[in-house]
Amino acid sequence: MGIRFACGRRGGESEMRWIWIDKFVEFESGRRAVAVKNVTLAEEHLHDHFPGFPIMPECLMIEAMAQTAGILVGQAKDFQEKVILAKINKAVFYDFVRPGDSLRIEAQIQTIAPEAAGTSGKILRAEQLIAEIDLMFSHIDQNLAGKKFPEENFVFTGMFASLLRDVVLKEAQVVTPAPEPS
Amino acid sequence: MTMSRDEIFQRVQEVLVDALSVDDDEVTAEATLMGDLGAESIDFLDIVFRLEKAFALKVPREELFPAEGLLNDPDLVSNGKLTEKGLNELREKVPHTDLTEFQQNPDINKLADLFTVNAIVNYIDGKVNPA
Repeated sequence: MGIRFACGRRGGESEMRWIWIDKFVEFESGRRAVAVKNVTLAEEHLHDHFPGFPIMPECLMIEAMAQTAGILVGQAKDFQEKVILAKINKAVFYDFVRPGDSLRIEAQIQTIAPEAAGTSGKILRAEQLIAEIDLMFSHIDQNLAGKKFPEENFVFTGMFASLLRDVVLKEAQVVTPAPEPS
Repeated sequence: MTMSRDEIFQRVQEVLVDALSVDDDEVTAEATLMGDLGAESIDFLDIVFRLEKAFALKVPREELFPAEGLLNDPDLVSNGKLTEKGLNELREKVPHTDLTEFQQNPDINKLADLFTVNAIVNYIDGKVNPA
């Protein structure tokens, strides 16, 4: 389990992407997005982290932010760029998160350029601030000194569409890439 | 908006402290971004974003860190060193950088040493205090 969400595999086989947020509840194209993640004791790692004292690992809060902010950044370019988490600028945690908690993950685009984007974000439980997480994403085709990546966009597959079921995108359409041949 | 070099240096220092998680006393004028301050490629973009905010400027990345673009051209690089043509291109691209030492032995691995805190201050100085 890593903190990257865009760890694509080569090849055309259909793949199950690991989605760590439950749904978006707000989405303003190119500006900000809010997602919800409900934490449950059915998540097996909580039994080991820690026995008798289940708390959500902080790295998975970063993952939740990376997915929320990463989809926000990807949608800003109509999911044409391969968006990879490149840097954690800030990650500060203020309280434990326990099973039964409902997290509100708020992400904002601070800067977006052809090569990369910077986001800032907060995680809240009800009104309480749980974490502040600022990230940078790389648009890898525009970067990394001309290295070639697979043609197909392995970051954004059709699976993300279900996360956006409750939000209406006013300024841009959600473009879902055609499913890869299985 | 005109700013003194001290003011520019202070703001650049803040930017680098935040972007690279270094202490402010590490960010001296002579410090190299990669060697001394541990910057990696994504950090250069981060620095560009933060400079744009701190100085309310547009900072094209290839203007501030132009050497990246030279390295893949066989006309400009030969045997791991910049050719005379490469050196000329570099001079044109980095008027705010002191090349006297580098041109004695223009090893491309040493290009990283050209990215100093001072080079950023010079660049910003040229932008906010046009001659």
